[in-house]
Amino acid sequence: MLISITLNGKKITSDVSPDALLLDWARAQGCKSVKRGCETANCGLCTVFLDDEPVLSCSVLAVRADGRRVTTLEGLQEEAREFAGFIADQGAEQCGFCNPGFVMNALALFRENPDPSVDEIKEFLAGNLCRCSGYEGQTRGILNYLAWKKARGGEGAAT
Amino acid sequence: MLTIQNYKKAESLEDAWTLNQRRGSVILGGMLWLKMGKRTVQTAIDLSGLRLDRIEETPEGWSIGCMTTLRQLELHKGLNAYTNGAVREAVRHIVGVQFRNLATVGGSVWGRFGFSDVCTLLLALDSYVELYKGGNVPLVDFLTREKDRDVLVRVIVKRTPGTFLYRSVRGSQTDFPVLACAAVLVPAENGDRLRLSVGARPGRAVLFQEEAVFRGPISEADAAAFGKAAAEHIATGSNLRGSAEYRSHLIQVLAARAALELGGADRC
Amino acid sequence: MKAVNRPLRKKDAMQLLTGQPVYTQDVAPENCLVVKLLRSPHPNALVETINTSAARKVPGIEAIYTWEDVPQDARRYTIAGQTYPEPSPYDRLVLDRHVRYVGDPVAIVAGEDEKCVDRALKLIKVQYQVLEPLLDFRTAKDNPILVHPEDNWEALCDVGADNKRNLCYHEESSSGDIDAVLAGSDIVIDRTYHTKACQQAMMETFRTFCTIDPYGRLHVVSSTQIVFHCRRIVANALGIPKSMVRVSKPRVGGGFGAKQTAVSEVYPAFVTWKTKKPSMIVFSREESMTASSPRHEMEIHIRLGAMRDGRIRGIDMYTLSNTGAYGEHGPTTVGLTGHKAIPMYGKADAFRFTCDVVYTNVMAAGAYRGYGATQGLFAVESAVNELADMLRMDPFDLRERNITREGEVMPAYFDQVNSSCALDRCMARVREMIRWDEKFPLRDLGNGKVRTVGMGMALQGSGIAGLDVGSATLRLGDEGTYNLTIGAADMGTGCDTILAQIAAEVLECPFDDIMVFGADTDSSPYDSGSYASSTTYITGKAVEQCALKLREKICAMGAKLLGVPPERTEFDGKTIYALDEAGTRGARVTLADVAAAAQSGNELSLEAACTHSSPISPPPFMVGAVELEVDLLTGETRVVEFDACVDCGTPINPNLARVQAEGGILQGIGMALTENITYDERGRVLENSLMQYKIPTRLDAGPIRVEFESSYEPSGPFGAKSIGEIVINTPLPSIADALYRATGRRFTELPITPEQVAMAGWQATDKRTQKTNTREDVNK
Repeated sequence: MLISITLNGKKITSDVSPDALLLDWARAQGCKSVKRGCETANCGLCTVFLDDEPVLSCSVLAVRADGRRVTTLEGLQEEAREFAGFIADQGAEQCGFCNPGFVMNALALFRENPDPSVDEIKEFLAGNLCRCSGYEGQTRGILNYLAWKKARGGEGAAT
Repeated sequence: MLTIQNYKKAESLEDAWTLNQRRGSVILGGMLWLKMGKRTVQTAIDLSGLRLDRIEETPEGWSIGCMTTLRQLELHKGLNAYTNGAVREAVRHIVGVQFRNLATVGGSVWGRFGFSDVCTLLLALDSYVELYKGGNVPLVDFLTREKDRDVLVRVIVKRTPGTFLYRSVRGSQTDFPVLACAAVLVPAENGDRLRLSVGARPGRAVLFQEEAVFRGPISEADAAAFGKAAAEHIATGSNLRGSAEYRSHLIQVLAARAALELGGADRC
Repeated sequence: MKAVNRPLRKKDAMQLLTGQPVYTQDVAPENCLVVKLLRSPHPNALVETINTSAARKVPGIEAIYTWEDVPQDARRYTIAGQTYPEPSPYDRLVLDRHVRYVGDPVAIVAGEDEKCVDRALKLIKVQYQVLEPLLDFRTAKDNPILVHPEDNWEALCDVGADNKRNLCYHEESSSGDIDAVLAGSDIVIDRTYHTKACQQAMMETFRTFCTIDPYGRLHVVSSTQIVFHCRRIVANALGIPKSMVRVSKPRVGGGFGAKQTAVSEVYPAFVTWKTKKPSMIVFSREESMTASSPRHEMEIHIRLGAMRDGRIRGIDMYTLSNTGAYGEHGPTTVGLTGHKAIPMYGKADAFRFTCDVVYTNVMAAGAYRGYGATQGLFAVESAVNELADMLRMDPFDLRERNITREGEVMPAYFDQVNSSCALDRCMARVREMIRWDEKFPLRDLGNGKVRTVGMGMALQGSGIAGLDVGSATLRLGDEGTYNLTIGAADMGTGCDTILAQIAAEVLECPFDDIMVFGADTDSSPYDSGSYASSTTYITGKAVEQCALKLREKICAMGAKLLGVPPERTEFDGKTIYALDEAGTRGARVTLADVAAAAQSGNELSLEAACTHSSPISPPPFMVGAVELEVDLLTGETRVVEFDACVDCGTPINPNLARVQAEGGILQGIGMALTENITYDERGRVLENSLMQYKIPTRLDAGPIRVEFESSYEPSGPFGAKSIGEIVINTPLPSIADALYRATGRRFTELPITPEQVAMAGWQATDKRTQKTNTREDVNK
């Protein structure tokens, strides 16, 4: 089937089979940040934005994204780098395999709730599994990032 | 791996219904359950173009389109205000935000899954299922029906008086419930009545209605009796997550606690 | 210290966090054949006939292999990543007519895409002669059902293995007269503990792709912890010379020991070697959960004797370990149950450790963080906690009386001297961190809820003594920067970074001037691989020595340029100075000058190589304590907080050490509370997905707090020992003991489910209510 998806701001038309999953389609377009960690929609590694909402691309048919916007980490490099440095400063990236899904969903959280509490952070990111870090370093990194953003937001408001 | 031969975005409910009459047709919900299977689907029918992805407030209550996601339900102010947050409590444990952004109310209800928090919750409310051909059916009846080839269009929740509470026990926080229950304290002319919906027994959610009427605060003894009656009345079974005995015990504990929380002397 | 003991960012951190394509599947050629396996539905069966003709006709299918393509009388091999000769028995064939567990491969299918391979898999017709399976490991030894009846089964090492008895290993070791000591003890704790075949569940499942290189050799690119062992394994499996195989690893998406076994490599290797075409296998999560290399299920019987004053006099331990259908890591994991758990109680008069490792018809086990010590420590620490309760002593106080201390000989640790040990300090610190004395033993919150605490200690090794080999090469390059090449495998742990920190410290250069490469059997120096908590301690020392050697070479080159003898130079990391007789600095050349000179008309190699092994395995130590909130009526258990203090010697990178600890602790919490493995009557694992096998989410535990109390290990690089494995151990006994305090029931099997807690807790609340009532009666 012929579909047309705006992937990371670029309109892409491609011919897909009706059962092709958005995850595989995105990887085939070169967006290798999108990872598969399970077959049961439990791990969060394949998180992408469909329009502006974080979803599991393992459970979305590519044809269902026809006419919509899909954003992967490849399309959010600048925003991601700004945040990711705070995770790197904790060493909490560890093996890195869960990182793209985690970073995507963290960015979704910050857009929806710019000033979340620890409980809100944990609840929003509960669907992102990580086997290496024990999550503590991720939480520390997020809190440091939010504090930094707040401090910088004060400066930025003047300009 | 799931195989889909044809994909069709329905142009109308009639179109969807007609496509769905063929063997091998499936109406897509959030796809979360469907895609784990290894079946072959002849025609996958997508209702996402029919503006059914919204919750509408009506004079009687709410009309929830079948393509409404669990995340929309979770964040809905009106429904959460009406249910004292029971709606949010029922769905917030379901895997994660990205999952709930896909999973649909229609998919959850149509599937009639035993583990379903959504069915457990809705059963405690005054809920109806709007079927394209079958019309409005009380949810309690729908849940025990065999699956047919009709189209689930909306779930209707009527605003009837009551205070609500949702509790579940889970081995880990985002897992299926070992047991889930939704309780309602319904004011009646001669006192309050308790209604309890229990899911993940592990079978489909069922209702337990206490015959007794409570006048004034519910005592610990009344609550314990309610728990005991509920546990005796509701059948349970065993699976990986717990034995029948444990589940019956949980019904007794959760029902008694719910009774006290909703109607005890300490309630706020 | 400028680079060591500093929380530097991991060298690859930003690449990983921004999702760059650096893992096996990301870097594979586009045209790889898709390889999948048809797996046995029976736990014990012979393939009578296998018909692949319909499957072969599916368009796009390149090849299908069955046992008929593999000589059944060939020499068998092991897929355990261990130093040759491997203690694990040679009991595998690529495809065996005799399938021994549900999931054992029956056919390899390769085709141009996933769709055609899936179709072909459905079309293969297999007729099995179904045999009675051996599923209960308690009955395996000398059972008439033999898991490995074949004659070409082979044990390379004398480990007491005997395939005609289902035995993979047997050991007895002791010191003193344990029977007499137990007979003379005031109290003997006699308990049997049971732990399951838990899954590492790293986020990246097993995966490998293979190509033929320009020389006609097989190039295996895999997510592995053991490139060198993997080369041997693949060559053995295919029956080809080792020289024809090259193995390299890209970034690895987690291992925890799982990838110390060549679980996936052999199959695409077989396909590519036969077809000469690139091929790739990517294990599904289900395959990773059902046909992989989990922890060994063990049953441990402890008899622990003590006096009324709290002196622990002797420990007698018998461990029965279930290696499953194949013997990977069977003979080596089991020893740690005794050898890592018993030595903590260094003042005992006697110990005995006996063990059997048996074959059964379930998935083969392998290496998982903790490697047997985890199981042994759960048993011993639980027994000691029970002893404390019987003596009405505080568990901390009891241990303070009995623990091994720095400088003491450890009879149960191969008589090694305890060369660096801050166990006593770790204990004191954890006691403060969790505010133990306020919280012990229990607080009743009302409405059936209580808060309780529990604790446990741990010991692990740092590398395998006298066996593990670590190597490094360092080369001076353009502008005075360095290339560090290693054979150890960074699987997310950060060893590339840690080893670069060690090199930068010795070379007195900026950390960013060290570039790291690893690991590839063609270009890396030999390294046993990243396992057994060896990389920082063993390979780290090799890097330190290597950097010292290179400093000498740099000085020699500088001396040549300066026209002075090498001993009359001094190097401060940037500049080489000529020294006069009084040692005063004179003429100088920069490191960049030396680097440039090395590339022009030069015969002096500015590259150093170093290989290191250690005769000892100095143990890191750890103490952990948990606070639980338990709903006694529903059985729900919430980890309110977990506090831990680790002695890993000098933490080379405190950030990475901390995250290792936090992650390991959460894995331990999972093993204690939610990670279950059950088999149905047909030998199938029921927890076959992340939907059923519940690893902790970030909502499943309260804060995990980690601190360090460092000793200084003289044999390690800058005083470092290991941290990777020890961190998983303490949650198990801590949680079990806290749940005892809550419910009054001893839990000796993991995981402890809400159901078990509720069924015990319910009665406990009844009892407590009765007690209260009795008290009220008395008052009346």
